[in-house]
Amino acid sequence: MKLLDRLFKDAPLATRNEITPKLGFVLTVLLAIVWLIPFLWMGVATLRPASDGINLMAELMPSLKPTLDNVRDAWEIGDFPRYTLNTMIICTGILLVQFVTITLAGFAFARLDFAGKTLIFYLFLMQLMLVPVLLIVPNLSLVAQLGLYDTLTGVMMPFFASAFGTFLMRQAFEAIPTELEDAALIDGASLLQRIRHIYVPLSMPSFSAFAIISVTSHWNDFLWPLMVINSPDKRPLTVGLSVFTATAEGTQAWGTIAAGTLMVIAPLLITFLIFQKRFISSFVTSGIK
Amino acid sequence: MSLAEPAALPVAASAAPRLRLLKRFLGRFKASLPAYLLLLPSLVFLALFTYGAMGRVFVDALYQRATPKAPIRFVGLDNISAVLADPAFTGAVINNLIYAVGTAIPSIGLALLFALALARTHAVNSVLRAALFLPVLIPMVAASALFLFIFLPNVGLLDYYIGRLLPVLPNWLGDPDIALSAIMVITIWKNAGYYMLFFLAGLQAVPEDVMEAAHLDGAGPFMRFRHIILPELKPTFLFVIVIATLNAVTQVDHVFVMTKGGPSNSTNLVLFYIYQQAVEHYDIGKASAATLLTLAALMGLTALSFRTMANREGGP
Repeated sequence: MKLLDRLFKDAPLATRNEITPKLGFVLTVLLAIVWLIPFLWMGVATLRPASDGINLMAELMPSLKPTLDNVRDAWEIGDFPRYTLNTMIICTGILLVQFVTITLAGFAFARLDFAGKTLIFYLFLMQLMLVPVLLIVPNLSLVAQLGLYDTLTGVMMPFFASAFGTFLMRQAFEAIPTELEDAALIDGASLLQRIRHIYVPLSMPSFSAFAIISVTSHWNDFLWPLMVINSPDKRPLTVGLSVFTATAEGTQAWGTIAAGTLMVIAPLLITFLIFQKRFISSFVTSGIK
Repeated sequence: MSLAEPAALPVAASAAPRLRLLKRFLGRFKASLPAYLLLLPSLVFLALFTYGAMGRVFVDALYQRATPKAPIRFVGLDNISAVLADPAFTGAVINNLIYAVGTAIPSIGLALLFALALARTHAVNSVLRAALFLPVLIPMVAASALFLFIFLPNVGLLDYYIGRLLPVLPNWLGDPDIALSAIMVITIWKNAGYYMLFFLAGLQAVPEDVMEAAHLDGAGPFMRFRHIILPELKPTFLFVIVIATLNAVTQVDHVFVMTKGGPSNSTNLVLFYIYQQAVEHYDIGKASAATLLTLAALMGLTALSFRTMANREGGP
């Protein structure tokens, strides 16, 4: 956490003194503009009327007669409200179960002494190294055996336990002074009561950092839901968008694709722009695992 | 009776320590019970979807079924040798290696440049940081939809603005010689801003007094970078390289949306190959064998990097 504080503090005086030559800064500014071009095109193409024709489709100057036709078409072709709802159900479902599992496990690692602690700790560590994305084949057959193929629960289940979240909560709980718990202990609070009333409320920043990481990654998941979901009405946004793109690409409806893409990425981008600092610090934490 | 008594004594004597051991074990278990109960929910899911999955990949790789409905048959290492002999798999491995190196080096290099240029906290810099970070947040599928148009022959963004200057307009995604590079561009665009964050964090650890002293001694920006900043960033480099390698093997959504591994397998990557075997060819045996090989390679790499990090003492 000290690292995070440092990230937002001003750089040290000497470092501030031209950390890169001016050329490097100019190059970075130019690249930042290049980085934004796909977003710029998306916005402009969304508002471009079909009458401008395919030859003007790449023009980055907005059309003089902006229209919302593309948005309407995208809305009608793809079932975006349904996709959004499915994605929200998936992300919320995963997050709620994760909150329970990581709180309990994080507390056990932070405050309790038990036989086999090191061994179990390594078992958790393994999940970080095993890269869940690679285990899609065995996990798909398991989900099918459990009768969860083509269900949103099937999409969520492999992520219910999170080693990263457990370690994050362990770190947060360890930072809480034991005196607080001792006081509650004298008052006769049970283990779960102590977790619920002392540890959880004092660890909110860690919970929110974890929530940002968890929701962002599952909002953007594609391959796993693609394999589990079969019914069109259960598709999350990413799978819906890929089907939508494949359909619209055939008809060269690039304005509609731009509008559909905008609808898919807008919720997360808007949230990011509002909570910028929070997002960035959470992403740094996630790397520090 | 009188004979039985002395005979019973040694039994009791040898049973006592064992009993005490059992008691101690039970006592320790009882004391550990609350912890086990707290860990149980996590362990159930980890057992099902991580350790269990590992075991199933291992077992599934040893079996084969000819058709989805045919009975399974033990084939030993046949799946492994079949995968290794499959030119599509070896091609995917080579593509993936090119892809890993070709995306890691530029995106890490750019990330370092961005971090060095934007280290100073400043309103303009935070806007620039946000601009470079935006691609990290959008789904790869959405990035692919945007880049499909950017790479579209003739009318696409790239040809419209730059392609016209070229003597021949390339078909960016349709030419087997270019398609993999085109895919790599998206990855670099998407990841550079992410790695930038770690370099920004790493730069904060550069000691101010040393920088100041070097400055007073007349060391220019390049000297200071080479001799003070770079050594300080070593753990960050190592860490980002591990992340970039993992990303190269796990990010395939763009292959799925843009090229389906084509043209002529030129953009096929290992994870997409696994997907094809499992979902398109229903060949769980071969898909598991390929998964197993990939996992083995990745775990070897991770272990190696952990050891290197441990040797260097104090990774990020």
